[in-house]
Amino acid sequence: MASQSTPRAPRRVAVLGGNRIPFARSNGPYAKASNQDMLTATVDGLVARYGLAGERLGEVVAGAVLKHSRDFNLTRETVLGTRLDPTTPAYDIQQACGTGLEAAVLVANKIALGQVDAGIAGGVDSASDAPIAVSEGLRQTLLAANRARSAGERAKALAGLRPGHLVPAIPENVEPRTGLSMGEHMALTAAQWGIPREAQDELAAASHQHLAAAYERGFFDDLVTPYLGVSRDTNLRADSSVEKLATLKPVFGKGDGATMTAGNSTPLTDGASAVLLASEEWAAEHRLTPLAWFVDAETAAVDYVHGDEGLLMAPAYAVPRLLARNGLSLQDFDFYEIHEAFAATVLTTLKAWEDPDFCRARLGLDAPLGSIDRSRLNVNGSSLAAGHPFAATGGRIVASLAKQLKEAGGGRGLISICAAGGQGVVAILEA
Amino acid sequence: MSDLFTTIVRSPVARKVGVPQPTRLRRFEPGMPLCEGPVLVAGDGRFADGIAAWLGGAGVPAVSTPPGEGDQVGAVVLDLSAATDPAELDQLRLLGAPAVKALKRNGRVVVVGTDPTTLTDVAAVTTQRALEGVVRSVGKELRGGATANLVLAQGDAHDGVRSAVEFLLSGRSAYVDGQVIRVDDSTSGDVDALRPLEGKVAVVTGAARGIGAEIARVLSRDGATVVAVDLPAAGDALAAVANDVRGTALQLDVTADDAGGRIVEHATARHGGLDIVVHNAGITRDKLFVNMDDDRWRSVMEVNLRSVLRMNEAILGEGGLADGGRIVCVASIAGIAGNRGQTNYGASKAGVIGLVTALSRQVADRGITVNAVAPGFIETEMTARIPFATREIGRRMNSLQQGGHPKDVAETIAWFAQPGAAAVTGQVVRVCGQSLLGA
Repeated sequence: MASQSTPRAPRRVAVLGGNRIPFARSNGPYAKASNQDMLTATVDGLVARYGLAGERLGEVVAGAVLKHSRDFNLTRETVLGTRLDPTTPAYDIQQACGTGLEAAVLVANKIALGQVDAGIAGGVDSASDAPIAVSEGLRQTLLAANRARSAGERAKALAGLRPGHLVPAIPENVEPRTGLSMGEHMALTAAQWGIPREAQDELAAASHQHLAAAYERGFFDDLVTPYLGVSRDTNLRADSSVEKLATLKPVFGKGDGATMTAGNSTPLTDGASAVLLASEEWAAEHRLTPLAWFVDAETAAVDYVHGDEGLLMAPAYAVPRLLARNGLSLQDFDFYEIHEAFAATVLTTLKAWEDPDFCRARLGLDAPLGSIDRSRLNVNGSSLAAGHPFAATGGRIVASLAKQLKEAGGGRGLISICAAGGQGVVAILEA
Repeated sequence: MSDLFTTIVRSPVARKVGVPQPTRLRRFEPGMPLCEGPVLVAGDGRFADGIAAWLGGAGVPAVSTPPGEGDQVGAVVLDLSAATDPAELDQLRLLGAPAVKALKRNGRVVVVGTDPTTLTDVAAVTTQRALEGVVRSVGKELRGGATANLVLAQGDAHDGVRSAVEFLLSGRSAYVDGQVIRVDDSTSGDVDALRPLEGKVAVVTGAARGIGAEIARVLSRDGATVVAVDLPAAGDALAAVANDVRGTALQLDVTADDAGGRIVEHATARHGGLDIVVHNAGITRDKLFVNMDDDRWRSVMEVNLRSVLRMNEAILGEGGLADGGRIVCVASIAGIAGNRGQTNYGASKAGVIGLVTALSRQVADRGITVNAVAPGFIETEMTARIPFATREIGRRMNSLQQGGHPKDVAETIAWFAQPGAAAVTGQVVRVCGQSLLGA
C-alpha cells in the first residue's frame, strides 16, 4: 500500500512590492481607459520594477467591481497583454471593495501551502468606463425572440417591446436589498454613533496632508507608475484643511444632523493596483528583499438588512477575531491602515472598539478592544485623499503598508477594509 | 524620422535634378560581417601585422597590396605608427589613394598612428600630428557613407588598437567620422564577439526615451543586464523600456542626494553587482545668455553636471562599481563648439569633458575607464521639434550629409563598455558624421 503523503508545513509569505497607477477621479484623465487597459499598465509597471519580463508566475489574481460582461476573464486577458510569460495562469475574483485585499489573501494562502511560489494580486476599477446594460424588459424580450422557432413566434415576442424598455440600466452605487446608497447607509451609522462633522473633516484633511507629504518625500517613487500623463492621484489636495472642508455642504444624511460631505467621503475613482507576493525561497532566488510578511487575514460579514448593524461595520467584527487568533491586542500595532470609504467609517469603527457595550454585546468580549494611537493611523494618507477605485484599494494599502514597515525597520501593521454587502476584509502584515 | 522635406529631397525627381542623396548607412546588427569586402592593411608600423592576422582570424580577408583595376575593398587600414619624418607621410598617399578610390559604399579608412604626446622628437611629433589633418580631410572627401578615423597608440600593446580598429571598421561606428581615438597600453582578454557585455550589469540614466532608451536596448543586445533609470514622472515609458530589455526599472531623480547610493544599492542587491554606468540623463533649457534666468541655468547644471559628480562618489565608493568597470558620459557637440542660446547646456557639456579627462586618470589603477560620447545632430523627438531651416542645416552640415540615429550614439557607448576597450579611457568620441560644427 502506498504511503500517505504528509502535509507540508505552511510557509511564510513575503510582500515583495507593489505598483499602482495614480488614481484619478472618474470622468477625468482615465475616462476612456478600460479596466483591462489600466490593469495591464499596472502589472507591466510591476514587471518592470521587479524584472519579471518573460517570467512565469504561479498565478495572477485580480478583479473589478464594475465589470463588463465581456470581461469575464479580465485578469487572464490582462496577463496575455503584459510582459509576463503568457503561460502564467490567472483568475478573477470580486468581493466589492474587499476585492484587492481578498486577492492578496488568496495568493498568499496558495504560497503558504506551497501550491505556488509567487503571484500577483491586484484590482482595478473604472467608474468612468462603466458597463451599461439593456433594461431587464428589453433583455427578456430579446431572449424570447431568440428562442422563437418561427417568424410568427419571433414577431409575437418582439411585439411585447415597450418604449420604457429602451431605457438602459446604469450601474448604481446602491445596495440591492435596501435601495440605499453606501453613503446613505453610512450616514445612518454615523448618526447612530454620533460622529461629529469636525472629526470627519479632521480625518479627511490629515489624509490629504499625509498623502501629499508621502509624495514629497518620494515614498511613492517605487510604488506608483504614471499613466496617461498623470503622475499623482488627481483627488489629492495638498492644501486641504479643516477650515476649507468645513465650508462644504452635506451630501449624505438628512437635516441638520447631516455630517457627510463630498470632502469627507471618497469620490468615484478610476485606477488599478497590484502586489507581488512570494515565498522566501522564490524571493531569494530572484534577489528580492521582502518588505513585509503577509501574516494572517480574516473576513467578516454583518446582517445590515435584517439585523441592526451598519452596512460598513463588518471590519469591527473581523479584527477582534483576527487578533484573538494571533494572540494580539489592538494596541500591538505600529501602523493601522483603515480604509477611508468615508471618514465616518473609520471613526465609527474606532469608536465601536472603544465602546464597552458594543464589544460585550456584539463582539462577545469581556473588555473593549480600546483605543489606538491615532498618530499611527493611515500615516501615508488613505482613500479620502488618494481616491478609491473599489477593487484597487486593497493592493494600494498592502504595498504601501509593507513599504512603510520596511522603512520603519520592522513592526506590525493592521489593514481593515469595509465592503458593500456588509462585508469586511482585514489582515496583518509584519516586518 | 521622416518629414515632408525629407520625403521630397529623397524622391526620384529630386534625385534626377541632382539633389545630393545621403547614403543609407550600414548599421550594425548581430551576425553582420565586420566589413563588406577585403581590407587593405598596409604601412610599416608595429600594428599592421597583428591587425592583418586578427582580421584573417575573424574571417575578413586582409590584403597587403593596393587593389588592381576593377577590384574593390571594404576598408583601408594604414599603419603609420612608425613614421618619424614628414617624408614618410607620402606612404599614406601612395598606399591609400588607390585603395580609397576602390572603396565600396560604407567603406572605412582607419589610420593608426602614435600619440604625439608620447613622443619628444620634434620631427616625429610633427609627423604624427600631421596624420590628424590627413584623416579629417579624407573624411570630408569620402562619399557613399564611408568614414575616416584615426587611432593613436600610446604604447606598443595591440589590444587597444585592435579594439578601436574593430569598432571603426564595423557598422557600430556608422556615424563616427573624422575622429581621433587614443588607446593606451592596457590589455584585455578575448571577447565574445556576439555578446561582448554578457554577464555585465549596466545602469542607464534617462533611459525612458530617445537616446537613453536606445542605449538600454543596445547594451542589452550585447548581453548586459540593464537597470533603466529615469524620473518617477517618466515611469510609464521607463517601464516599457525595462520590460523590452528584460531589465529592471528604477524611478529616481538623478539630482536627489541619494541617487548614486540608490543606484548602487539596486544594482548590487538585485543584479549582484555594477559594471557599467551610462550618465545619459540630461536636459536643455535654452535662452540667450543675457536673458538666462536662475532656474534655467541651475536646473541644467544640476541635471547635466552636478548630479553626475555626486552620483560618481557613491558609484566609485566602497561596494560600488566593480574594478574594470566602465563609466560613460554623454557630452555634446554644444560642449565643444558652443551653441547659440545654450550657454548653460554648453557649459555643462564642456564640463562633462573635463570630468572625463580628470576622472579617467584617478580611477585608472582600478581598471575603470571613463569616456564620453558627444552626439551631433541625432534624429530624436527633441531634434524633430527644431524649426525647419535650423534642423535641415544641422542635419546636412556634416560629411555624411544626414542626421545620426540614437542607435549610433548607443553603439559607441556600448563599445566603450566592452571589456576589449580597456585601453580606451579619457576619450571623447563625437558621433556627429564629422559635423562642421566644432570640427
